[in-house]
Amino acid sequence: MATVSLSGIKKSFGKTDVIHGIDMDIKEGELIVIVGPSGCGKSTLLRMVAGLETITSGEVSIDGNRVNDLEPMNRDIAMVFQNYALYPHMSVFDNMAYGLKIAGRPKGEIADRVGAAAKLLQLEPYLKRRPRELSGGQRQRVAMGRAIVRRPAVFLFDEPLSNLDAKLRVQMRLEIKQLQRRLGVTSLYVTHDQVEAMTLADRMIVMNGGVAEQIGAPLEVYANPASEFVAGFIGSPPTNFMQAELAGVPPASAVTLGVRPEHLAITTDTHKVRGAVLYTEALGAETLVHVKLADGTLVTVRQNATEKLPQEGEDVALTWGKADEMHFDASGKRI
Amino acid sequence: MEKRVTFKGIWLPLLLVLPQIVITAVFFFYPAGQAIWQSLFIPDPFGLSMRFVGLGNFEYLLGNPYYRASFVTTAVFSTLVTVVSMGVALYLAVLADRLIKGSGVYRTLLIWPYAVAPAVAGVLWLFMFNTRVGVVTWYLGLLGYDWNHVLNGDEAMGLVVVASSWGRISYNFLFFLAGLQAIPKSVIEAAAIDGARFWTRFRTIVFPLLSPTTFFLLVVNIVYAFFETFGVIHTITAGGPQQATTILVYKVYSDGFVGQDLGSSAAQSVILLFIVGLLTIVQFKFIERRVHY
Repeated sequence: MATVSLSGIKKSFGKTDVIHGIDMDIKEGELIVIVGPSGCGKSTLLRMVAGLETITSGEVSIDGNRVNDLEPMNRDIAMVFQNYALYPHMSVFDNMAYGLKIAGRPKGEIADRVGAAAKLLQLEPYLKRRPRELSGGQRQRVAMGRAIVRRPAVFLFDEPLSNLDAKLRVQMRLEIKQLQRRLGVTSLYVTHDQVEAMTLADRMIVMNGGVAEQIGAPLEVYANPASEFVAGFIGSPPTNFMQAELAGVPPASAVTLGVRPEHLAITTDTHKVRGAVLYTEALGAETLVHVKLADGTLVTVRQNATEKLPQEGEDVALTWGKADEMHFDASGKRI
Repeated sequence: MEKRVTFKGIWLPLLLVLPQIVITAVFFFYPAGQAIWQSLFIPDPFGLSMRFVGLGNFEYLLGNPYYRASFVTTAVFSTLVTVVSMGVALYLAVLADRLIKGSGVYRTLLIWPYAVAPAVAGVLWLFMFNTRVGVVTWYLGLLGYDWNHVLNGDEAMGLVVVASSWGRISYNFLFFLAGLQAIPKSVIEAAAIDGARFWTRFRTIVFPLLSPTTFFLLVVNIVYAFFETFGVIHTITAGGPQQATTILVYKVYSDGFVGQDLGSSAAQSVILLFIVGLLTIVQFKFIERRVHY
């Protein structure tokens, strides 16, 4: 267990700056999710912590020690890769034991530690198999097992679930969460999937274009997005963005008004914002109503299945609570 | 279920494979059959008649010390060529794989020697090591070493090995580099995080993952050393001095076309055919089993 601190982390490839300065202090045992669209620098950030990329400027410390110039092997970390990166010519046992063997641990200890990890991950029946004889979920477990047996101070996960099918992803997500809780190891987890970020994170970093747009607990980020980007990225369907004038009394510098789909409601009150229903999506428990406003803006209303479903093409009026309004200025910042 | 396109009759498919069969028959089965047939005869000194001797040619060859020496020469030569050309190629490929800038130039330059015909390569090396006008010989002379591959059998062997390996390094390099680049980068990174330094990673991860490439090259290079090095040997040493570089293929040529003993030459070809067949079977049976993961 360890603390990790990032201060002023920057990264450039040649003249291209990809990360513009990230600061964060991670507490012991915390699970931090780095989330953002592809190309936002989230994997690069993780790889800098791992030591697989050089740090252009800034400082990474693990447990208070600066690790910038340490080799990956000396940073006391373990990493789970997107494609698992298992050694294809070794058995599951050898894959997990590789690091310990190199460290020169006695055979008995290696067998014990690998055995314990295999038991924890329900991999015991597969120890003699080669990776190609395993399913995607099992390979994923072996990759985690390889990380666990080394008992590192920090776990790094680089989109570990993106190669799995949707159902397995939900299941493994839960397993990772439980495992992390149980082992209490400080973890950094990179994903582009905001649902994964919401469900796994103790705190999350929402990244965009090499900048940390917001750092905070998932629900706090959801309820109080710091920027237009975060409001649009976190939550599905995303926050509706409308012209600021549609709010009753917008702040002076407001350009955009954001309202989450669940805060919009269709009303009979005629003098509110009006639009035409484009189409509706009934998802069972809830229904999404897509409405085109008079000025051409598309918005989504999320309503319970029990509420009255408008017809496609029907003219409707929309309403929302004053407290649910989010105002953003021209640069996308929250006001 | 596997879906296959099937033909109704037998004639169309036969027609389609006919060109391949004809080529194989004309250029392989017929000459191979001729060789086997001729190996059972001895021609008279004027080449006017042939006398049937059964396995006499084989009996004579296997009892002949020169022929047996040629076996040893071939074994030494092909082992050295294979080890040198593959070893150097692997080393260069590992270096090229680590390069980020200029790897294209490096690669292109390394491929060039492959475009040089073996006989021409032989002449190039011959000029460099010529006992009277060779550049390398002259420098070696300055260092106090008297290079003379025309008299010294070991030096002759060294020279033909180097000349034969030289062009081959390019070919092996290409395959090794492709093999190295096919290894997922994340596997190497995982090993680095697991604590393996460069050499350990190479020994435990990279080399095992390269084994299909290595095996393929092993087979191809041994066959090369056995058969395709004729041009190099012919131009540099012509099998000498004192048969020190007469490998089996060269002996087939010198006995048959220089010595005009076609029966013995044919018998040697048959033995060669047999050896290469055997080598290939052994390689596929025993080595290939261990290279798949």
